[in-house]
Amino acid sequence: MHLEEFALGDSIVHKLDPRVKIIVAALFSVIVALSSSLHGTLLSICFPFALILLARLDMKKVLTRLVVVNTFVGFLWLFLPFTEHGEVIYTLGPLEVYREGVLHALLITIKSNSIVLVVIALLGTSSVHDLVHGLHELGAPNKLVHLFFFCFRYIHVVHEEYHRLVNAMKMRGFKPRTNMHTYRTYSYLVGMLLVKSFDRSARILSAMECRGFKGTFYVLEHREIGRRDYVVCASSILISLMIVTLR
Amino acid sequence: MHISEGILSAPVLATGYACTAVGVAVGLKKVDYDKLPEVAVLSSVFFVASLIHVPIGPSAAHLVLNGVCGLLLGWAAFPAILVGLSLQALLFQFGGLTTLGINTLTMALPAVVMGSLCGMFLRSKSTLVRGVAEFAAGAGSILLSGLAVAACLLATGSAFGPAAKLIVVAHVPIMIVEGLITIFVVEFLMKVRPQMLEKAGVPNLTG
Repeated sequence: MHLEEFALGDSIVHKLDPRVKIIVAALFSVIVALSSSLHGTLLSICFPFALILLARLDMKKVLTRLVVVNTFVGFLWLFLPFTEHGEVIYTLGPLEVYREGVLHALLITIKSNSIVLVVIALLGTSSVHDLVHGLHELGAPNKLVHLFFFCFRYIHVVHEEYHRLVNAMKMRGFKPRTNMHTYRTYSYLVGMLLVKSFDRSARILSAMECRGFKGTFYVLEHREIGRRDYVVCASSILISLMIVTLR
Repeated sequence: MHISEGILSAPVLATGYACTAVGVAVGLKKVDYDKLPEVAVLSSVFFVASLIHVPIGPSAAHLVLNGVCGLLLGWAAFPAILVGLSLQALLFQFGGLTTLGINTLTMALPAVVMGSLCGMFLRSKSTLVRGVAEFAAGAGSILLSGLAVAACLLATGSAFGPAAKLIVVAHVPIMIVEGLITIFVVEFLMKVRPQMLEKAGVPNLTG
């Protein structure tokens, strides 16, 4: 399982301070999510696109990620044009297509994609490790930071274990179908993962206690906020202001 | 079900964040440092389980397991689900930053409620009582999640009405499958590691 697909690279965007990235991404997401003007949101999508170009990400991979996002949005397109009443622009048999509904669906589509693109461009280009470091330095609760680190660390291990179990099932000729046998088999698979992980967590705790763990999280790399961080901050604030003022 | 970015109104998003903050605070308070690895590694399992697709008729759905999550973790389900959803948002772009609060709330609150309600019956000696409770925990969590998502859409605008209805209907088959899977998973754990269900009040027979 290859996670963190976009995190490798040495572009300007990759080198930004994770704290700055988190703050800018959060600010931008909130402003776009609350914006209700088509022009503003259309403008907003330029910001993540510029960052993605700067980060030299593989455009094809970025666009495949957007497919997932747009399934829920596509589902809303099936309804909104017909249910948000207003001016009729087209009659489709017994159904009437309303202008307001189409505009609303379009607005949602742009907003959704814009926010997801900014997450890819800013947060996707840092490793989870760096981002959690950033969260810690921004004052996130200590226990939550621990959870993030441990959870991410063990996703890989649990996923490997899952693959071993699934391969064993396939070797025995298991084919998933809609029946009780399938559900029972998957349940035992999940049960086994839970049991193995529970036992593993006991070993992790002992190993940590052996190394003198007392619940403190030590930061080893101290980062300085540099000039390019200020530039990104300033430009994002500028763009945010433009989105807010465009009506 | 994840609600995408850019759909919900500001009050709904803000309520989501406020309630999730409270839930996470309570959850973290109840987890001691020596329980952290357990909660974290179980969160990893729930993350991986959400990648498993089970067939339902001609379609397939991924496992949610928030019923099991509630039974095993109690209030710690809040931070566990928040971490899981954040990582999904970061790594797969399922949802994003502004919906993190509301998406955590719609999944974790049903988990906590159904987990504590149904957990009481796991002590029962009768397989039937236990089975019903386990099914209710799994199916009920999904039902409540579906209803919560629909309520969020409706609170944003009445134009979302038909879409919200369809979401609830689409949750029904998933509900049944999750109920069944919860029965099997919990019965398996009771046989193999009953101490994992201590939160739900199952006596620890292995000592």
